[in-house]
Amino acid sequence: MSGGVDSSVAAALLVEELGRDRVVGATLKLWGGSSDSGCCSVADVEDARRVADQLGVVHHVFNFTAEFEARVVNPYVEGHAIGRTPNPCIECNRYLKFDRLFDRARSLGFDAVATGHHARRTTTEDGRHQLIRGADPLKDQSYVLAMLGQEQLARSQFPVGRMTKAEVRQEAARLGLRTALKPDSQDVCFIRSDEGRGGFLGDRLPLHDGRLIDDATGEDLGPVPAVELVTVGQRRGMGHGSDGRRRYVTEVDVPARRVRIGTPEAANALGVELHTVTWVDDDRTQLSEAPECSAIAQCSAHGRPVACTVRRNQTGRLSVTFASAQRRIAPGQTVALYDPANPDAVIGSGIAA
Amino acid sequence: MRAYLDHAATTPMRPEAVEAMLPFLRGEGISGNASGSHRESRRARLAVDDAREQIAGLLGADLGEVVFTGSGTEADNLAITGALRAVPVSAGGRAGPIVCTAMEHHAVLNTCRAAAGPGSHGLREVGADRSGMVDLDGMAEACTPDVRLVSVMAVNNEIGTVQPLHDVSRLVRTLSPDAVLHTDAVQAAPWLEMPPITAVVDLLSVSAHKFGGPQGVGALVVRNGVPIEAVIHGGGQERERRSGTHNVAGIVAMAAALSATVAERTDTVTRVTGLRDRLVDRLLASVAGTAETGDRSAKVPGHAHLRFDGVESEAMVVLLDDAGVAASAGAACSSGAVEPSHVLLAMGFGKEAAGSGIRFSLGTTSTDADVDHALDVVPAVVARLRN
Repeated sequence: MSGGVDSSVAAALLVEELGRDRVVGATLKLWGGSSDSGCCSVADVEDARRVADQLGVVHHVFNFTAEFEARVVNPYVEGHAIGRTPNPCIECNRYLKFDRLFDRARSLGFDAVATGHHARRTTTEDGRHQLIRGADPLKDQSYVLAMLGQEQLARSQFPVGRMTKAEVRQEAARLGLRTALKPDSQDVCFIRSDEGRGGFLGDRLPLHDGRLIDDATGEDLGPVPAVELVTVGQRRGMGHGSDGRRRYVTEVDVPARRVRIGTPEAANALGVELHTVTWVDDDRTQLSEAPECSAIAQCSAHGRPVACTVRRNQTGRLSVTFASAQRRIAPGQTVALYDPANPDAVIGSGIAA
Repeated sequence: MRAYLDHAATTPMRPEAVEAMLPFLRGEGISGNASGSHRESRRARLAVDDAREQIAGLLGADLGEVVFTGSGTEADNLAITGALRAVPVSAGGRAGPIVCTAMEHHAVLNTCRAAAGPGSHGLREVGADRSGMVDLDGMAEACTPDVRLVSVMAVNNEIGTVQPLHDVSRLVRTLSPDAVLHTDAVQAAPWLEMPPITAVVDLLSVSAHKFGGPQGVGALVVRNGVPIEAVIHGGGQERERRSGTHNVAGIVAMAAALSATVAERTDTVTRVTGLRDRLVDRLLASVAGTAETGDRSAKVPGHAHLRFDGVESEAMVVLLDDAGVAASAGAACSSGAVEPSHVLLAMGFGKEAAGSGIRFSLGTTSTDADVDHALDVVPAVVARLRN
């Protein structure tokens, strides 16, 4: 229970279904530093606790700050230092919510963990679990859960995944939950809006000025501040070329302090290579029998799905070839893969090399 | 069956204390503001003065040395912030450093850290050894002649070890003659004879709810001649040292609780020591991979602190609670999350050990049945968490 409306309603639905005695609320203390909602996010924890009180269930706060720092924050900072842009929400789901919290829940005697994510879990007749997009296309969060596998899905529940956000808020209002009108959270939870990504990273790693290089001609176009903060595909601050068209980042080389920029076409690519590959259902991947398969790729939380072909290469990585050229995927970003036969069903994920 | 083994966090109120405060809550002719001048006020003031005299006597202080506060934490804040404010920064400009132990309660630690901010007093945090005692060599090193304030707790709140305050006092008086010596005696008052402690310090904090009084009342003993500035300003109550309308019912109940605590102390100490020793000895014998934190012979009777290898105390307190045992996993932050014990870290334990400690704390209402219940429950909980 983050103290937001989705997990509040998720808890309420669970209590309705299972009864008070079989549900406890848990809030994770993840970040020890300052955040937009105050130190230790006390206000959010209070909202979560008061909702739990109202539902008549016990509420615990678990302190996972050490793991969060080791698994999410430090890799985020270290990634930027070498020109990668990891998605901290995905790493938090991978290592904290669907691993550390699962272990804690199991040791306390619980069978499953429910979250307020907008996604659905379905189970086939032969007991295989599927991860399906949330019913509200604008709020779908299957992308940030795409790294879940059978073992985790077996113990996961997403009670609000079948509802639209409007329905979630209606339900919260109907139940009189204090979080009914609370705004959705935005951005990265450990970065304050007043400091931004640059301020946060600037406090934690040395930022270096670099040079802008024309992707086509190799010409030095001038200085660029803080190459660590520049992302592949970025348009902002890159200006226009002599042809009057916008320029995009095509490559960031942090060690060489070089940022290459080019035309929109130059910033596109036909494919991407993925490491840290996961499958929702290992046994059901078409790749287990065929050398390649078709899929649908989604390259950001609310990115447009695009048809692709997926092939396992010699290094064990996945080569994804898009049906048409796409804006380059920044190294470190997650690509979620969906099933062409059932475009709402996640089949797996990987991280762009 | 529930066994409440968290008396170091707060104690159930003693019946004497409840009885003492009820007439004031009901307003039976004595509901006045102790600062007024009519009959109702005079009665309230009389009650406060009687309570002050009684508490002063039990603590080994003079009547005028007792300042009532809203909590033990407030008493610590008044002691540290108030004493530092009362001594002007020397003409040279630089304020002298503060010394405290690294295992102080956060009421002291965070107040010292706040006072030691940039351009102000520096703070020297002195560590502890594995037995749970302040490092006296480190203390001697920290106590330079320019030190303004030293704060050393009388009894550690997590481990229960009684600190060598007499040695600390001698050391401070010799090496830092200008320093004010404060002790947080919140965990000492339920168990130890207080006058000998009061005798060797300048400032001493106590809290009513640790010895059967109500929550929301504390006191700071300010020895005569020790300058202190108010931290809370207003109507000038408590001889201008702490403003705010007196909590008459709470103050009266605090006196009743302390009085009963002192009267029964010998019996309580014997009985609770027996209960605590049985609990700890049996757990050490029956649960493999269990270690006791600190030197038991140096602890107050109510405290037991155990570390269970491979167990996360944050999960353990939840399962203990489910099984009917109320215990503590160390300090909680404002969000309610359990922090790794800074006390164990100060004693030189690693993070894992500091996150595997459980405090069972007993008090006057603890019984054999409580201990039996804990002995029934703890081994199974540990086994389950290790599984």
